[in-house]
Amino acid sequence: MFIASVGRVSTVPLRLVVPDEIDVVIARSTDAPIVESEAQLRTVLSSLSGVDAVGVEARAAKLATRSIKKSTKMSAIDMAISMVDLTTLEGADTPGRVQSLCTKALRPDPRDLTVPSVAAVCVYPDLVAQARRTLAGSAVAVAAVATAFPSGRASMAVKLLDVREAVAAGADEIDMVIDRGAFLSGRLGQVYEEIVAVKEACGDAHLKVILETGELVTYDNVRRASWLAMLAGADFIKTSTGKVGVNATQPVALVMLEAVRDFAETNGRVVGVKVAGGIRTTKDAMKYLVIVNETAGSAWLTPQRFRFGASSLLNDLLMQRLKQQRGAYVRPDEFSGD
Amino acid sequence: MNDKNLEKSRLGALVYDPAPESASIANIKPSYGLFIDGAFSDASSHEHFVTLNPATEEVLSTVSRASDADVDRAVSSARRAYEKVWSKTSGAERAKYLFRIARLIQERSRELAVVETLDNGKPIRESRDIDIPLAAAHFFYYAGWADKLDHAGYGANPQPLGVAGQIIPWNFPLLMAAWKLAPALAAGNTCVLKPAETTPLTALVLAEILQQAELPSGVVNIITGDGSTGAALVEHPGVDKIAFTGSTEVGRLIQQRVASSAKHLTLELGGKGANIVFEDAPIDEMIEGIIDGIFFNQGHVCCAGSRLLVQESIADEVLRRLVRRVEQLRVGNPMDKNTDVGAINSAAQLARIEELTAFGEREGATRYSSSCVLPEKGYWFAPTVFADVAQSHRIAREEIFGPVLSVLSFRTPEEAVAKANNTNYGLACGVWSEKGSRTLWVAERLRAGVIWANTYNRFDPASPFGGVRESGFGREGGRQGLEAYLNV
Repeated sequence: MFIASVGRVSTVPLRLVVPDEIDVVIARSTDAPIVESEAQLRTVLSSLSGVDAVGVEARAAKLATRSIKKSTKMSAIDMAISMVDLTTLEGADTPGRVQSLCTKALRPDPRDLTVPSVAAVCVYPDLVAQARRTLAGSAVAVAAVATAFPSGRASMAVKLLDVREAVAAGADEIDMVIDRGAFLSGRLGQVYEEIVAVKEACGDAHLKVILETGELVTYDNVRRASWLAMLAGADFIKTSTGKVGVNATQPVALVMLEAVRDFAETNGRVVGVKVAGGIRTTKDAMKYLVIVNETAGSAWLTPQRFRFGASSLLNDLLMQRLKQQRGAYVRPDEFSGD
Repeated sequence: MNDKNLEKSRLGALVYDPAPESASIANIKPSYGLFIDGAFSDASSHEHFVTLNPATEEVLSTVSRASDADVDRAVSSARRAYEKVWSKTSGAERAKYLFRIARLIQERSRELAVVETLDNGKPIRESRDIDIPLAAAHFFYYAGWADKLDHAGYGANPQPLGVAGQIIPWNFPLLMAAWKLAPALAAGNTCVLKPAETTPLTALVLAEILQQAELPSGVVNIITGDGSTGAALVEHPGVDKIAFTGSTEVGRLIQQRVASSAKHLTLELGGKGANIVFEDAPIDEMIEGIIDGIFFNQGHVCCAGSRLLVQESIADEVLRRLVRRVEQLRVGNPMDKNTDVGAINSAAQLARIEELTAFGEREGATRYSSSCVLPEKGYWFAPTVFADVAQSHRIAREEIFGPVLSVLSFRTPEEAVAKANNTNYGLACGVWSEKGSRTLWVAERLRAGVIWANTYNRFDPASPFGGVRESGFGREGGRQGLEAYLNV
């Protein structure tokens, strides 16, 4: 809390001291649509503050020096485990592999029941039914990548069918990709309408909008695309497909977390963030959690609002968890491969 | 997920467990002598003083107080080394020593960082990531110049000045020693360095490093003491050059004292830097820049951005975000790797900060101080922002040299420039805008030695640093930094 000046000298009433404002205060939500035309969308997006690349990278690097130790590390590891979207997105995926992955998602370390389940299992649409069967009755969600993942290069009809089939097969969450070509060439209205249409096709399923930040290249684009997706109704904004050269980075996550924070403060809707691609170590996961902690705050330190899209990260988290308990590392083969 | 009720998200809700760096790495000796002629020796008067850890008020070590006789001994040693050895040592040879010193600073960087944090009170993150690496970088940089002085732009075969007397402040003890010694040695001078009374330890570790590097005896002499030691050095007739970094008040005295002599002089003095924020600035990075500008090193920075000039149209939003960010700063044990703001360096400095901030309230400014819990022992001051500050307030005019920011507003670029320049100082300014033409327009009109665009408190050995007007004269760093130690 901010303290007023010590009363002994000051006679000036303090203005602008609003103790509430040391928190991120999420505004009251309005149901009215925020954007009604492409021109209006363009105005909103171009009114956003620019991002200074040197500054945002320096800030992310500084946050990466936070030292997470002892009980903080232990609780952060469990928090990270509960935020994992355990993912398999290979052409060679089989129902057996998905079943195995779901079993692991439910009970990441079968010998230690205090290890939380992960948030979701993320698969291609044709494997949703398999995942749904294995996860039936559990709190672990089934997420499907849809809309012609990962390139997004298909007609709108195909994308929507992709979504509807995944939802019909039991997906709780849909990870869609935006049309980067449309965004980069300035057809913002088209990107917006696609997201609105996919959101509608999702029904009750939560929509995660993949911005593919590696292809957007600049931080200014990341900020604008984040706002565009949120205005169009995204429940989550997600960095990457994991299928291109540059995936999640800490500065990009920082820009996206600033976006969800500012959006919640001005529009009253809390949108989650998912970082995906290339996050393999506990150390990396800790860095992302520090960025969440110091940028958006407690409201995002929950699996409902922050996720790691990853496959090998989970085993490293389990290994570090055991290291914290036993004081020594175990062999990587102590944990199942998938 | 569509929350209907008002919700708050607390920043920093994940509380970090203490992550202290080990103090035993410092290896501080119980006492240190004066480093003269390549060896440590006791002061002729056998007088000593103690140096404290400002975060705990514990005694760290006892150091010798150099008397006039000791100053004379140090200057004579530097003179001998200059005439017999250093002036006859080629640039390439001098470079070898500078490289060696740079490498040794890197090798002992962890030890130096811990000593610096214990003696100064600055966060270990800053001494580890900024002070020590930059100190090494300065030696590396000037090592490269030592054999290329012919090409520095001062004509063929520029000559050194001779013996340089160098007096440095307590805010960046080792870094300021490097800023002084590296160019002086590269240019072929010998040195007598006097570290600040409250922070002598890293300079004394540096003396050990000079021994390790086998720098010829007497080329660098390091003498500890208080203001009287510095005064004796300034007045010693055997000194050819005085380089001083510190307060404008002392700088003025030094200039008076050397005025009647042939001594060369460079002064790097105080400042009241303005950070000018336009409405189109990149807001998140700008807030970080303002924070770094004033709370870096507890605001004990001569070029600190201690005045924030914010465009009226975004003043409320900037203040709101700034206040939120100040509250997030982690104030406390400087040895904790997660600490953002450490201890005030001395009781005297704390008293000055308290006096000036009390004045700020009395004059009608609105004060915000972080609600952080301050440790009971040691010297501490909560990060503070003053809003509603007028140009006439003392807190807008005088250098506070602490974690205190004064916020003023402006309407037009002309007004921003006029307010920024309305100071006797002229060390550094920052300009924040996404519009390059405006940044350049403003920068051209600011009277300051250093102007940062969309950043603040960035240092690099290749970039000259120094002030105009009451912030001093002469440059440190870059090719320009050589001029201070050459007869040009």
